[in-house]
Amino acid sequence: MPTISLTVNGKPVSAEADTRQLLSVFLREQLGLTGTHIGCDTSQCGVCVIHVDGKAVKSCTMLALQADGADVTTIEGLASEGEMHPMQEAFRDHHALQCGFCTPGMVMMSVVLARDNPDLDDDAIRHGLEGNLCRCTGYQNIIHAVRAGAKAMKG
Amino acid sequence: MYEFQYHRPESLDEAAKIFAGADDPKFLAGGMTMIPVMKQRLAMPSDIIDLSRIGELTGLSAGAGMVTIGAMTPHAEVAGSKEVEKAIPALAALAGGIGDPAVRNRGTIGGSIANNDPSADYPAAVLGLNATVHTTARDIAADAFFTDMFETALEDDELITRVSFPAPEKAAYAKFANPASRYATAGVFVAKTATGIRVAVTGAGACVFRVEAMEQALSKDFSPGALDGIAVPADELNADIHASAEYRSHLIGVLARRAVLQTG
Ligand SMILES: Cc1cc2nc3c(=O)[nH]c(=O)nc-3n(C[C@H](O)[C@H](O)[C@H](O)COP(=O)(O)OP(=O)(O)OC[C@H]3O[C@@H](n4cnc5c(N)ncnc54)[C@H](O)[C@@H]3O)c2cc1C
Ligand code: FES
Ligand code: FES
Repeated sequence: MPTISLTVNGKPVSAEADTRQLLSVFLREQLGLTGTHIGCDTSQCGVCVIHVDGKAVKSCTMLALQADGADVTTIEGLASEGEMHPMQEAFRDHHALQCGFCTPGMVMMSVVLARDNPDLDDDAIRHGLEGNLCRCTGYQNIIHAVRAGAKAMKG
Repeated sequence: MYEFQYHRPESLDEAAKIFAGADDPKFLAGGMTMIPVMKQRLAMPSDIIDLSRIGELTGLSAGAGMVTIGAMTPHAEVAGSKEVEKAIPALAALAGGIGDPAVRNRGTIGGSIANNDPSADYPAAVLGLNATVHTTARDIAADAFFTDMFETALEDDELITRVSFPAPEKAAYAKFANPASRYATAGVFVAKTATGIRVAVTGAGACVFRVEAMEQALSKDFSPGALDGIAVPADELNADIHASAEYRSHLIGVLARRAVLQTG
C-alpha cells in the first residue's frame, strides 16, 4: 500500500492508504477523525466537507492519494485550546442543528464562506450552502447561525 | 471501485509516457465526475493519471480581446477572476453558477468539456463564444468539438491543455437549474461576436447545439421580441424525470429571451 504524508489539523501525518481509499474514509478509519461524516457518498449532500489547502471540498469525492502533500483541516481542527470556533458557537447559540449529522459539513463550508466574503448576506449564505443538505432544521436557523458566526469571525 | 494504479506526473511528457505504457488508462482532473463514476463501477480504468501537478495545464490570462484558461483551472477561479469578469462577465457568471462551492473548488474546465455532459454549463459558453479548444495534438474549433452525448472530438490519449475565448461585444447565459444538482435543465448562451450572433443551448439535447433560426432573427433585430414564434421542436430534445421534451422546448424560448435581455 502506498504511504501518504500530509498535514491534518496542523500536525504532520504519514499513513498507508489503499489506492481506492477515499479521503473521507482515510480520515475516519486511518486517523480516527470521525467528525467528518459520510452521508450520500455520491458528492451531493456535503456532510463530508473539509478544507484542503484552505478550500472547501467534498472529501468523499477525493482519493486519499490526491491529498498527498496537502494541508487538511477537519471539524476537529476548528476549536483552539478548548474554545469553540465562532462558527461552532453560533450554530449552538442559534439551534442550527437537530440530529447534527449535517453539522460538520455545514460548519466547515460556512467558515470559508465567511472568510472569503466579508459582506456575506443571506442570499450569499443560501447560495453558498447549496451543496449542503439538512434533513432536520428547515435551514432557517442555519442561516441565522452563519450570519452570526460570520459577524463574530470579523471580530 | 475496482483496483487501479495511481500516477501523479509533473509534466505532459511524463503523462503521455504513462498513458502509452498502460492497459486502459484514464485521466483524472478534479474527479468530480470521474470518482463518482468509478465508485459506481461504471468505469474500471487500469491506471489513473492525476493531472493536478502538471504546470502546463494551469493558468488563466486575459488580454487583447481574449481570455485563455488552462484545462485544470477550477470553476471557482474563473468565477472569482477579476480579469474574466472584466473581459467576459457572462463567462465568470456561468462558472459561478456551476454546482456548489465545493464542486467549483475541484471541478475544472478541461474535465467539464472533455466529459461533455448534456446538462453541463461550460459547453454552452465554449460553443456560444466560438472558443478554441487547445489540446496536446491540435486546436479544435468549438463547432467541431462537441459531437454527441458524452462524446467529443478528443482522441483517447489527447489532453485538453487550455481553452481560449474571444471576448464578445456582449453576451449572457440564462439557465434553469435543476434545484438539487444545479446542472442545467436547460441553458441558453447568447453572444454578439465579431463573426455574428451565436445562440448555444445546453441541457436540452444530446449535447450542446446552436439554434440558427434564433441567430438569424437576432442578427436582424437584437431584441427578445425577435425570438417570438421560433421554437426548437420537442422531438429533438431530451425527456427525463426532471423535464419533458415539450417543457425543455418551452424553456429554451424563455431562456433565450432572458439571455438577450441580460446582455443589456
Ligand atoms: C454535485 C455536483 C453538481 C454539479 N453541478 C454542475 C452544474 O451545475 N453545472 C455543470 O456544468 N457541471 C456540474 N457538475 C460537474 C462538475 O462541475 C465538473 O465540471 C465535472 O464533474 C468534471 O469534473 P472534473 O473537472 O473534476 O473532471 P474529472 O471528473 O476528473 O474528469 C471528467 C472526464 O474528463 C476527462 N478529462 C479531465 N481533464 C481532461 C483534460 N484536460 N483533457 C482531456 N480529458 C480530460 C477525464 O478523463 C474524465 O473522463 C456537478 C458535479 C457534481 C458532483
Ligand atoms: S458524503 Fe460527500 S457529499 Fe455526501
Ligand atoms: S440537523 Fe439533522 S441533517 Fe441537519
